[in-house]
Amino acid sequence: MRQEISADGPGAPGTREPDDGGKHMSFGEGGLAVVFALLTLACLVVAAKATDGAYAFHAYLSALASLATVFVILNRYTDRPATLPPLEIDGKPNYNFGPVKFCTIAAVFWGIAGFLIGVIIAFQLAFPALNFDLPWTAFGRLRPLHTSAVIFAFGGNVLIGTSFYVVQRTCRARLAGYLAPWFVVLGYNFFIVIAGTGYLLGITQGKEYAEPEWYADLWLTIVWVAYLMVFLATIWRRKEPHIYVANWFYLAFIVTIAMLHLGNNASIPVSVFSPKSYIVWAGVQDAMVQWWYGHNAVGFFLTAGFLAIMYYFIPKRAERPVYSYRLSIIHFWAIIFLYIWAGPHHLHYTALPDWAQTLGMTFSIMLWMPSWGGMINGLMTLSGAWDKLRTDPVLRMMVVSVAFYGMATFEGPLMSVKAVNSLSHYTDWTIGHVHAGALGWVAYISFGAVYCLVPWLWNKRELYSLKLVNWHFWISTIGIVFYISAMWVAGILQGLMWRAYTSLGFLEYSFIETVDAMHPFYIIRAVGGVLFLIGALLMAFNIYMTIREPEAAAADTGVRNPALLPAE
Amino acid sequence: MADAAAPHAPKKSIWAKHAFFEKNSIWLLIGILIVVAIGGLVEIVPLFYLKSTIEKVSGVRPYTPLELAGRNIYVREGCYNCHSQMIRPLRDEVERYGHYSLAAESMYDRPFQWGSKRTGPDLARVGNKYSDEWQRQHLADPRSVVPGSIMPGYPFLAQDRLKAGDIASDLEVNAALGVPYSDEMIESALADLRTQADPNADAEALQKRYPGAQQRDFDGNPAELTEADALIAYLQALGTMVDFKLYDDKANIR
Repeated sequence: MRQEISADGPGAPGTREPDDGGKHMSFGEGGLAVVFALLTLACLVVAAKATDGAYAFHAYLSALASLATVFVILNRYTDRPATLPPLEIDGKPNYNFGPVKFCTIAAVFWGIAGFLIGVIIAFQLAFPALNFDLPWTAFGRLRPLHTSAVIFAFGGNVLIGTSFYVVQRTCRARLAGYLAPWFVVLGYNFFIVIAGTGYLLGITQGKEYAEPEWYADLWLTIVWVAYLMVFLATIWRRKEPHIYVANWFYLAFIVTIAMLHLGNNASIPVSVFSPKSYIVWAGVQDAMVQWWYGHNAVGFFLTAGFLAIMYYFIPKRAERPVYSYRLSIIHFWAIIFLYIWAGPHHLHYTALPDWAQTLGMTFSIMLWMPSWGGMINGLMTLSGAWDKLRTDPVLRMMVVSVAFYGMATFEGPLMSVKAVNSLSHYTDWTIGHVHAGALGWVAYISFGAVYCLVPWLWNKRELYSLKLVNWHFWISTIGIVFYISAMWVAGILQGLMWRAYTSLGFLEYSFIETVDAMHPFYIIRAVGGVLFLIGALLMAFNIYMTIREPEAAAADTGVRNPALLPAE
Repeated sequence: MADAAAPHAPKKSIWAKHAFFEKNSIWLLIGILIVVAIGGLVEIVPLFYLKSTIEKVSGVRPYTPLELAGRNIYVREGCYNCHSQMIRPLRDEVERYGHYSLAAESMYDRPFQWGSKRTGPDLARVGNKYSDEWQRQHLADPRSVVPGSIMPGYPFLAQDRLKAGDIASDLEVNAALGVPYSDEMIESALADLRTQADPNADAEALQKRYPGAQQRDFDGNPAELTEADALIAYLQALGTMVDFKLYDDKANIR
């Protein structure tokens, strides 16, 4: 393969003088093409020698993807003008929204896929025949598929997409890198494909919310470092002296997830040709590391990242400044400091030493305060604009999401109290709690952000139909209420039945009687899930129709670009 | 200018100091890293050096090669999504499942499988609670032995041949990580795996290497070594290694 690699490639693109007709491949383009060409070969070797069919499939898939990447890079090079896109056009930042658009669509797609699998496994618990006695359709393999699809595929694309949007707008600078943002976006989604197909084929390291095996973890590490670099380098280009509060949260999310990912996935593969690895931690230490990771996947992936979304999209949509700058400082540092300690509340009364359990509980209770600090800052941003809740269903969705956030972050500390946890742990109460946060908070703030983003990105006046957003809101809200109330009743009932004694001092119920008692609630929960899924389908239709609408006139868009609101 | 004496100069708010982080992305990054590192360090690091973390108990041995292969199937099928392996020291749990779990009982578990949800019952002490025949039927068709069960059926386990040709490398990795597998154990891993599932094989060496290992044809099909053999061998070993008649609760008060 012939490659021309120009020595001055990475130097500020756009500022370079177009030299005499000569078009040079940048260092990034050439380098990446070579790296992916080599990766293609490496993957083919691994595929040929793989000990396991599913692993060979992944190796072939990776080889194919790497080869496609080489072609795309070369194709893009031949099609592009001699100079890379300029950073500014007529003194205005030349924003790069392509990767953001991709993430927005991917988020909607993965969201619906994840909700659908959730509905399927909810029905499996009510009607076990739906497992079909096949390995690929059993609950044990589908449940990680559901959790990863909603957290990492849906949530991850929302986070990467919005962060790439917000960091550009709040820094008034074009996204750093020419190919790098696309590498992050496509690389991340490829990780999701590998992880998801792996679960179905039985490749897992068996750690909750960290199921992907060593090679997927390795790939994600590379993608994540690139993500951090793109994000930071964009901040370095900022025209504003101050880094906006949303970007603090994004940065905390990116950095901390990197730390957690490396710590919790430290493992040694059996061989390069085997998907199997053994984790370096064992037993009680592995349990602690796992829930240090697990709870902070909630704290930093599902909270800090989405708080960043709250800090940009709510003020923007409400056209009000953030309520309190000081509160945002306090609750930012407090929440990232306290969250990390909360992991052991997943291990109350287990073989984890008591001192660690007590620390976990204490910090979980303290965590209530900065959580509500964030909620107050989000809700009070509506000061003077509360009337918009009547007319703007998108804003309503985001405000209700913050209310759900407040509810879930009150319930969490409550459940972390050891006495409460002795009842709630191992039951469906936990599942209900998680979904109050995941459906009510994470999904709703994401839907709100997507509803805001689509007209902005595709340059449309407004969404295709606000009425449909209204329907989405109410159908999903009823679904969430069904879901979480069914799980509260189921969980508390199950916890009480497990510990019920007869007057003679015997355990009153056998385990299977407690399973049987769950049946009606599992059906109600599944129905709630169906409603939530219907809402998401309405959103997908609405977004599709919005993108198809004719573009807004240029004059219109100017109105929609008000100067950035300061964080005061 | 000697402005220091001027008492009326507007005092700069302490909040303004935060601008340092808002204007320096690298310091913001370092600040975040320090703040998020503390909790984990305090909670995790002592678990590796405090001797009280894992009790001194006799009887806990590394898994036999067959049990390890079975455990990997347990992990592969995601059993941990519905079954815990951690009995809490609560009256009802101890009566329902047996002695509360000790940290030592999972000290060779990579990954740990304590679980977080009991859609099905705890399995920490399921070993020897049911017969192999019950386990076989239950895995193939749970509702044939437990009407009302909502567990998926796993009939394919008894049909799929166990792929464990390189089980020795699995032991090797575990040994490298600190599980006390000797060179002899690694060398004879595949032989030990076959021996354990064959009731007619000489078990003396196996017993010496893995005291208390149960040896029989777990899946009731002597013609083939299946995944069900391995999984049932693992399940039947769960929670059986420590003899609680001899275990002194008070000795390990921490």
